[in-house]
Amino acid sequence: MSIPLLAAHGLSVEIGGRRVAHALDLTIESGQRLAILGCNGAGKSTLLATLAGLREPASGRIELGGSPYAALTPRAAALRRAWLGQMQSDPFGSTVLETALTGRHPHLGRWDWETTRDADLACSALAAVGLAGMEARQIHTLSGGERQRLAIATLFAQAAPLYLLDEPLAHLDLNHQMAVLELFTGAARDCGAGVVMVLHDPALAHRFCDQALLIDGDGHCELGAVDTVLTAEKLSALYGYRLRQFEIDNQRCFVPD
Amino acid sequence: MPDRRRALLVLATLVLLALASFWAALAAGSIPVAATDVLAALLGHDAPGADIVRQLRLPRALAGFACGGLLALAGALMQVLLRNPLADPYILGISGGAGVGALFAIMVGLPTLGIDGLAFAGALGAMFLVFGLAHGDGSWTQTRLLLTGVIVAAGCGALISLMLAIAPEDRLRGMLFWLTGDLGQAASAWPPMLALAIALVLAMPFARELNLLARGLMQAQALGVAVNRLRYAIFLLASLATAASVTTAGSIGFIGLVVPHLVRLVTGNDQRLLLPASALAGGALLMLADTLARTLIAPQQLPVGVLTALIGVPVFLFLLSRQGK
Repeated sequence: MSIPLLAAHGLSVEIGGRRVAHALDLTIESGQRLAILGCNGAGKSTLLATLAGLREPASGRIELGGSPYAALTPRAAALRRAWLGQMQSDPFGSTVLETALTGRHPHLGRWDWETTRDADLACSALAAVGLAGMEARQIHTLSGGERQRLAIATLFAQAAPLYLLDEPLAHLDLNHQMAVLELFTGAARDCGAGVVMVLHDPALAHRFCDQALLIDGDGHCELGAVDTVLTAEKLSALYGYRLRQFEIDNQRCFVPD
Repeated sequence: MPDRRRALLVLATLVLLALASFWAALAAGSIPVAATDVLAALLGHDAPGADIVRQLRLPRALAGFACGGLLALAGALMQVLLRNPLADPYILGISGGAGVGALFAIMVGLPTLGIDGLAFAGALGAMFLVFGLAHGDGSWTQTRLLLTGVIVAAGCGALISLMLAIAPEDRLRGMLFWLTGDLGQAASAWPPMLALAIALVLAMPFARELNLLARGLMQAQALGVAVNRLRYAIFLLASLATAASVTTAGSIGFIGLVVPHLVRLVTGNDQRLLLPASALAGGALLMLADTLARTLIAPQQLPVGVLTALIGVPVFLFLLSRQGK
């Protein structure tokens, strides 16, 4: 059996004295897609940042490609997983291409400068998210959705086998939501990438992921195949609002009652 | 796209600018020295005005270059560390601490060495105070660091005002000159020159990591930067560079704030180019400002800090108004 891209054993995560996850076991194999769903403030981002090795868990082990984070340098970890944060703040000016090129950082030595190959990779990543031709634009002239797609292009330039995405669809219009989800599921299907994403739309989670993790905010988590976990009954309890479920052309839809 | 060849071109241009500024600093003054005589003096030959060039103007020009370079470099580093374009080398209280030390030394009548020694001790004291307090519970966030620094700076400011209020009349002028910055008090140009060289050599290997740090702590960490270690190192480096400059020439204002912004306008925000370019531009600008300070109403000298501020304030306001659009 191959080593999973990400494995968590007995993981407990706490923030501000509140328990987000307790004794959670989780593995992401090559090609797997996991959706994390929960109410605002349930701790989805905290859990994701913990899985990305950006904050310490309260207890438990996390292994990235078989090695705990403590055994990996930040750069080695960056070659194994890419993380998309929720907030892109840019106090200083920069161009779109320069920003996408930051994804190449872990691939470059200390004294290396980006080569034309790095620039080509960054440009094709930009083209993949529909930002072709905007390489020279200043980032503070971008719209929220364009800035989000640039952050996603930076992730593709990083070319790590595991993507940890905190609300990848934030600020995106419907067209780009679908395009981005198809990009990541395509990377999982064609390149064997693992994808973990925090989503707010259970129908999209059902359509684009094979596993789902529901976080209720009290430390209780439920993990399983999307077909068993993403049901009207469980989601109604999760969000505290009654949902109705429909099947249209084998796709599950959820409509607020 | 970041390009090494373009970076070298920009740096070569700035080297020429610094050389022009250096030449002006050696030639201009109450006794003008011709270009050929300046060259002869530098080569150790005898020429009219050679002693003035070698003994008075050369050390002062070198000290000016070193202090300007140190301040601009420290400013660029602080702006990345705090992720705040309005940060400058003095924002975390380093110059305040140095000021308390230096003014106390002047007030009690210590010689130059004592003033420099106490100024450096004060700068180090402020640095460790801010570091210890900001580090506190281990969170070491940008806001906490900034707040601690600003509070320590305010405390130092109060002590400085107190000393100015109680100092004897005949010491006041020296104290005021120290506060606004004065290259005439530089004892030797070599310590700050050495500090500038060391600071650049230490900072440059981390330049690309600083680019990521400027974009956010977690982003940088996720992209493979050992963020906490880098931030400690940058804090210490920027503080020591500031301390070296302030000890040499007092708290010269605006170089550390304005020069990185001026350079950014031309080169963009790639630290691999921004750091050495800021050091060169800061050095060139301070040498020029000091030459003006010596010559504008010669034989009387103006404090160079007044001139850098007089140049710096309008330039900075102009940049700020442009940024809003």
